[in-house]
Amino acid sequence: MEATGKYAPIFVGEKKSELENILERYPTKQAALLPALWIVQNERGWISDDAMAEVAAVLEITAAYVKGVVSFYTMYHQHPVGRTFVQICTTTPCNLCGAEEVVRSFLEHTGCGELGATSPDGGFTVIEVECLGACGFATPVMLNEDFLEDITPDKVPALVAKYRSGAAI
Amino acid sequence: MAEQELVTVTIEGVEIQVPKGITILEAAKRAGVLIPHYCYHPGLPIAGVCRMCLVQVEGAPKLAIGCATQVADGQVVNVFVDEAEKARQSVLEFLLINHPLDCPICDQAGECELQDYVFQEGRARSRYGEYPKRFSPVEDFGGDVLYVPNRCILCTRCVRFMDHVAEESVLNVSERGDRAFIGIHPDAELDHPWAGNVVDLCPVGSLLSKDTLHKARAWELDKTPGICTSCSQGCNINLDTRNDVVVRLRPRSNDAVNRFFMCDHGRHSYRWFNRGDRIEAPLVKRGSTLVATDWDYAIAELATLIKGVRGKGIALVSPNTSNETLYLAKRLFANLDWHGVFRVERVDGDVPLNGVPNLALRRERAANVVGATSLGYQEAFEKAVETISDAALLLIVDDLLEGIEATILSQAENLIYLGTVLPDVARGAAVVLPTSNVAEEDGTLVNRDARVQRYLQAKAPPGMARPGWWILDEVLAELGDGTPLGSAGAVFEAMAASESGFSGLSYEKLGLRGEVLNQTPVATT
Amino acid sequence: MGYPHPPHAKETIVLSQYFGDAEARTHAGWVKRGGYEALRKVLAMEPAGVVDAVKESGLRGRGGAGFPTGLKWSFMPKEKTRPHYLCCNADESEPGTFKDREIMRWTPHALIEGCAIAQYAIQAEITYIYIRGEFTEPLRVMEAALAEAYREGVLGDNAMGSGKRLDMYIHKGAGAYICGEETALMNSIEGRRGNPRIKPPFPAASGVFGRPTTINNVETLAAVPHIINRGAEWYKGLCLANPKSVGTKLFSVCGHVQRPGNYEVTMGVPLADLIYDLCGGVPEGRSLKACIPGGSSVPILNREETEACKLDYEGCVEQGTMLGSGGVIVFDDSADMVYQVMRLARFYAHESCAQCTQCREGTAWTVRILERILAGQGESKDLDLLLDLAEQMTGKTICVLSDSCAAPVVSGIKKFRSEFEAYIVGKPSVAAVG
Repeated sequence: MEATGKYAPIFVGEKKSELENILERYPTKQAALLPALWIVQNERGWISDDAMAEVAAVLEITAAYVKGVVSFYTMYHQHPVGRTFVQICTTTPCNLCGAEEVVRSFLEHTGCGELGATSPDGGFTVIEVECLGACGFATPVMLNEDFLEDITPDKVPALVAKYRSGAAI
Repeated sequence: MAEQELVTVTIEGVEIQVPKGITILEAAKRAGVLIPHYCYHPGLPIAGVCRMCLVQVEGAPKLAIGCATQVADGQVVNVFVDEAEKARQSVLEFLLINHPLDCPICDQAGECELQDYVFQEGRARSRYGEYPKRFSPVEDFGGDVLYVPNRCILCTRCVRFMDHVAEESVLNVSERGDRAFIGIHPDAELDHPWAGNVVDLCPVGSLLSKDTLHKARAWELDKTPGICTSCSQGCNINLDTRNDVVVRLRPRSNDAVNRFFMCDHGRHSYRWFNRGDRIEAPLVKRGSTLVATDWDYAIAELATLIKGVRGKGIALVSPNTSNETLYLAKRLFANLDWHGVFRVERVDGDVPLNGVPNLALRRERAANVVGATSLGYQEAFEKAVETISDAALLLIVDDLLEGIEATILSQAENLIYLGTVLPDVARGAAVVLPTSNVAEEDGTLVNRDARVQRYLQAKAPPGMARPGWWILDEVLAELGDGTPLGSAGAVFEAMAASESGFSGLSYEKLGLRGEVLNQTPVATT
Repeated sequence: MGYPHPPHAKETIVLSQYFGDAEARTHAGWVKRGGYEALRKVLAMEPAGVVDAVKESGLRGRGGAGFPTGLKWSFMPKEKTRPHYLCCNADESEPGTFKDREIMRWTPHALIEGCAIAQYAIQAEITYIYIRGEFTEPLRVMEAALAEAYREGVLGDNAMGSGKRLDMYIHKGAGAYICGEETALMNSIEGRRGNPRIKPPFPAASGVFGRPTTINNVETLAAVPHIINRGAEWYKGLCLANPKSVGTKLFSVCGHVQRPGNYEVTMGVPLADLIYDLCGGVPEGRSLKACIPGGSSVPILNREETEACKLDYEGCVEQGTMLGSGGVIVFDDSADMVYQVMRLARFYAHESCAQCTQCREGTAWTVRILERILAGQGESKDLDLLLDLAEQMTGKTICVLSDSCAAPVVSGIKKFRSEFEAYIVGKPSVAAVG
């Protein structure tokens, strides 16, 4: 969770150089918007209104414009999420292979209770997502940046325990 | 100018020739056919999203959107044919599944394009059934604008206006799918000086003006063409009145002046049209007081006064006075050494609407500076005031005389006041005559680009107030100039006949688009 | 992660030759396996010659539309007056499709080589590889391979010493299926919402940043080096049925099959062979009920049609469906077709960009009707309503997402009407799965 108080800019020093390198790839500053938003989310875990305003200022576009773009793409978070963000595909191919059972298992073992909610210990947020492009390896699950395949309900408790304890795959 | 290549198209059975490259929708207008549409607007970039303008193009495998499809030579377009009507009917049905049945409480009712097209082409009943409609609370966008998300049909006209015409991207489309809505960043406000236009652009009652919220029903309003007098741009407007009260101003389209837009400052400057503290009867001085009388008496008294005056004369006029009034006022000074002056409020700078060339809220906050100048008036108000003591006749036309003391005014031999409101300092006038304001008369004004434009009477003047030109016309007739000219048009014709700046113009030909004076006006800013 | 299966006899291994071979991911390993020879050859040719070779080969776009690739390249201006661009569409989000991820994570240099050849042919100095944000491993592997390619001088201002500039950048997506539509992809690269654009103008005239652009799918580009190396005639020869459908195709098979995965076969292979032979058929004790051969946006086939279908562009059209992306989703008799059609409609409703009225409102309404039917509150007129909505959602919008939502609805109701009707009279015919 971002501490209340003054917003600390992200695009200073190393991050500023990173963005400047990215800007060289495109003829317009606006084209660096998606990459810039990824930098923000990787740094802070989510994209706040203040961060949108900073990105807007750096890329010389408006904050409202940035917000319109952020709200279009489902991978950008406009609110803080649990330490482990769990995305489970339930579109038809995975659905046929028991994806909804995997969802139920995750909701139970993380303590989230319902989709989109963060667990009481702040450890997990679980959501259903659309096709993750791993349909032959049902059910694929993303835990933060880790893309796991062939997840079945029986594998869930151990996975949740591993991520709850902070151990990476 | 090079000849434009023409193509022949047949729209709804009407064969017409149109310039190559225009869209089917624009071509259809020329064939007298209005293709139903929402997101398209001639003042905005094409979006092609509402899908309402689907028409059948013979030989094409699919329906085409008229707003974005260029005409091709030999094309045959059918608008009111089963396939296209079904498609448009379904668009309306889709729009209505979430759009609330708010007509009884919605400001747009009566001037709503959703109502209009549903009535024309929609289903009698929706098949949506008992599903809940999407609901979000009303939002205050800041400025004068309220956003009612439930009614929004996501035509994106407002977003495109702010992005491409106002060039301030303060509105966005947020989210995706049927969760989408028009959004604004929490730190931002819709307080751009031209933002009020989004309310006009919104085809439904989703963007509303707080100023006119729930004030009047659209069908109660009478609509009269006029010209905005808040600055020298001369935006064409419509005055919406109900029971002789001006309720709202809206822009009227004129490609040569303001395209489709007006600024918020002008838009909200209508309350003064309805002022209650007007002079309502002609007044003449008896002893030390002004006494109300009738027009015959007042005109006769003024004529007698004028007949006896010789020497220097000064006319202090408001730069919002019509050409007709200014012209006849000048003629009043025929036998005098005359000096006509005005003063103009100027602010720091223009407030342009960036996406439209030559359109701004001008720093010059008066509508007829060029007209006054063309008729021989000068911007030398202070200088003229210094010479009041020399004046045998001082005529004030609708200037509120701020900063002028009564003692100065009393130095003129004869003081005549023509105006809408009587300032205290002018109470020493010999004759005070009530005039109509610009909403209450016909007349013409000349904007900063030397365009003479007509405005029409939108409401009745209060009491016995009459147009300035009428008063002066009657006085001049009494003074033996002949029978009164009798109408604003006749005054204009007389003016065009004798004033070089207006020569060659005719009141009839001015129409509602105006015409440019045939001389370069003196630069006034 | 292991590659699912050793090559099957009925496969024609071209693109998937090095799937599972970790060394092939490196530049050195790729060169050892004959990599970058095609690019070297191309850099000594005239761009127009490269276009002709690909035209001659009969390669068609593997992303879903099947448009002849060489022809698409030839739309680019011959006289270059403004910068040209190549965009590689690695947004792979069509349900049932998972082939591009394999190409990227196993043979990243194959894609880099294919892109480099393509961008040279269309005189583009820059390629943007648009990879969906969820593809964490392909992103990592591609970034590493790209860095290697630059280090080894394959890319950059002096590509392979030719004096020509070939630059390539990865642009990471952020979760939007619609960005796989070529004009939405371009908008996303420009830092906009992923809204499809109205056409005309077409990308070759006005694409990314308003400049001439070609967009190609990963699998399409990966085939290009092979065509250069082995010749257009060789590629044309890979054909089992219709001569207009040549080459190999990676079919991503998923759903109710014993051995899901990617299978590379020559165009024209019977769909029945793919399902029963290569994939081992449906699970034990079950029978095939339905199949979607080309990703969820193409019509559903019933069992009879599935077993008669030849896997090429024309063969699928003959059965009333399309080859599409080649994402083969198999349904056995335990599948609840009504539920799955609803789930697909829900996918489209979630992914709709919101521009067009029919799509924005129609996809959501379709879902609501189907949910109500599944909850036992449907009426028989609901089916007519669904079909009518589907008709009004087809052929009337800026892009075909709306049509794609209609396809499973129409084909589902047409071929499995009894399942829908069972819900309506209150007795579903299969236990709801999922």
